[in-house]
Amino acid sequence: MHSYRLSHIQQLESEAIFVLRETAAQFEKPVLLFSGGKDSIVMAHLAFKAFHPSRLPFPLLHVDTGHNFPETIEYRDRFVEKIGARLEVALVQDSIDNGRVTEEKGADASRNALQTVTLLDALEAANYDAALGGGRRDEEKARAKERFFSHRDAFGQWNPKNQRPELWNVFNGRKQHGEHFRVFPLSNWTEMDVWEYIRHEGIDLPGLYFAHEREVVERAGSLLAVTDFISVRDNEKVEKKQVRFRTIGDATCTGAVESAAADLDHIIAEVAAARQTERGTRADDKRSETAMEDRKKEGYF
Amino acid sequence: MSDNQPSTQTENGELSAVDLLRFTTAGSVDDGKSTLIGRLLYDSKNIFEDQLEAIETSSRSRGDENVNLALLTDGLKAEREQGITIDVAYRYFATPKRKFIIADTPGHIQYTRNMVTGASTANLAIILVDARKGVIEQTCRHSFIADLLRIQHVVVAVNKMDLVDYSEEVYEGIVARFKEFSSRLNNLVDVSFLPISALHGDNVVEKSANMDWYSGPTLLYHLESVYIGADHNHVQARFPVQWVIRPHSDEYHDFRGYAGRVAGGVFKPGDEVQVQPSGFASRIKSIHTADGELSEAFAPQSCSILLEDEIDISRGDMIVKPNNPPEQGQDIGAMVCWFGDRQMRVGGKYALRHTTKEVKAIVRELSYKININTLHKIEDDQEFGLNEIGCVQLRTSAPLYYDSYKDNRITGSFVLIDEQTNETVAAGMII
Repeated sequence: MHSYRLSHIQQLESEAIFVLRETAAQFEKPVLLFSGGKDSIVMAHLAFKAFHPSRLPFPLLHVDTGHNFPETIEYRDRFVEKIGARLEVALVQDSIDNGRVTEEKGADASRNALQTVTLLDALEAANYDAALGGGRRDEEKARAKERFFSHRDAFGQWNPKNQRPELWNVFNGRKQHGEHFRVFPLSNWTEMDVWEYIRHEGIDLPGLYFAHEREVVERAGSLLAVTDFISVRDNEKVEKKQVRFRTIGDATCTGAVESAAADLDHIIAEVAAARQTERGTRADDKRSETAMEDRKKEGYF
Repeated sequence: MSDNQPSTQTENGELSAVDLLRFTTAGSVDDGKSTLIGRLLYDSKNIFEDQLEAIETSSRSRGDENVNLALLTDGLKAEREQGITIDVAYRYFATPKRKFIIADTPGHIQYTRNMVTGASTANLAIILVDARKGVIEQTCRHSFIADLLRIQHVVVAVNKMDLVDYSEEVYEGIVARFKEFSSRLNNLVDVSFLPISALHGDNVVEKSANMDWYSGPTLLYHLESVYIGADHNHVQARFPVQWVIRPHSDEYHDFRGYAGRVAGGVFKPGDEVQVQPSGFASRIKSIHTADGELSEAFAPQSCSILLEDEIDISRGDMIVKPNNPPEQGQDIGAMVCWFGDRQMRVGGKYALRHTTKEVKAIVRELSYKININTLHKIEDDQEFGLNEIGCVQLRTSAPLYYDSYKDNRITGSFVLIDEQTNETVAAGMII
């Protein structure tokens, strides 16, 4: 007998496309948050598929800390052109210059937390009422509690204790003026699912994800890339290692892992054997046990 | 883009080998639900070193004797502080045979609301019973909700067997008591029973050395092998339109695709279809995806349907087949679970969301409530508040095109929204 079954990757793809279309239909002015990391690349790729052959019915928004790996920006511009999307950029530097935020001081200084202000300002300035994010529930314990359609109050804040129940595939995107939603089409994907999908779809990724030689220092158990944005301390030794990144964020807080995985097959084998979560390389999550929950309540991605 | 079409599983070997099981866990406070999930993840090697280190540190600082596997699933600050689970959390793990999504639903605060939410997308429910306490009110409640939400497969896991000396007699007594009680539930067809100890790992992933008398599968083996092929409706064709794709480009000048996700049945090019509510008939010209055209589309595939005739179709309309149409009408009877802090108002108006359509609905009548611990009907009480379940008659502002929830979970379900607060206040299953 003919079997009407979808593989788990096909089910996840279908679900994400459904959520992307619901977002376009239920909101007046959605935007897709695009960091140049693999999750937002997969999300934008899915958006391309969801509305094909028309163009994306929403722009991409990059919240730019200014502390980028140059490869990320090159990739971003190429990718946006390829899928025919509109790109908007909100600069954390602008928020610093106009006094909305103050740069952190000290050796661990990062612009990671400052992004929240830039993001919320950018959403408010353009009246975006839904921001699509690539967050996944398997990434982090506070994210495990997220809805697909996650309500934010007029201050951009998340209230994890009073979330709307989400049943079947009925999503409630109704809101008061000034409030907005975060929407997470990849909620049910795992890191492995994202990699398998990238391989299956033949999606081109920034070179940072593949093994390459780079100068790094070891700090708090992570390997940080030596760039203009971090200051190497006296007791730290700069070493050249073969590394790759499991996540790509702000260059000051995204750690690399030693790896020889130079193509997708090897990366997938490495992810399958990994004994650390991918956010294990993120210094921003290690500031406290509830670092992610605290930032999310304030309006972080 | 890939040339692999997301259609039938035979076409793309490796990915299709793995399928997906969504399950929910239900148990009352201290039944060891979080411990069970922690054990499943731990013994199936789905826990990472940094996660384990983090919970080891937390366990020590809380003064726990052993590593507290329950901490793996409690994510929020308040949950860790109070040692309880507040909100539904979703967990993911995989074995070579299947990928699993767990909806971990809390045992007490907002129990009904959370369990109904977790159950709405689940293929299977694990109902935990404490071997020392046996079948209690909460067990009845959890079974009733699994039955109401039509979860196809139920596993009754009799936990804490270590605390009753792994006694076969105690276990068999609980099984008999459950069977007696569940004979009153109509839809629980596939029920399995397992004696386990989540704390020590007996029969969770590894077979227990303490219960020679039990010859059945371990919990993980059962989850990996239970047949879930028939969980979608592949007979009654239903396609709720989400969005209309009109590119207005030179290349796709006349393209008009009705985008959506198949909610039931199978659609093929050439099929005669009817569009509700207009009733216009047409034929499917093609089924479009970014990867190319499909020779057929079935639930839960996302695609775009193109028709031979130009007819006016928008979001909220439904493409169906004329030989097997959905029910239609403005008077809807449904089993409703109330989620709102404010009670339901008989005579009150709410927004009703059904597939991709939104209408207004007036509550005409609360026919009866159900005492979910005893399953008795309560007919003389018109107070209907948080966590209550009852039978409600609604009148909608426009006709709905629907199926009975027992035939189709997607076209048979809806939510009610309070138009003042925008909160989702109820979940409904059409009778």
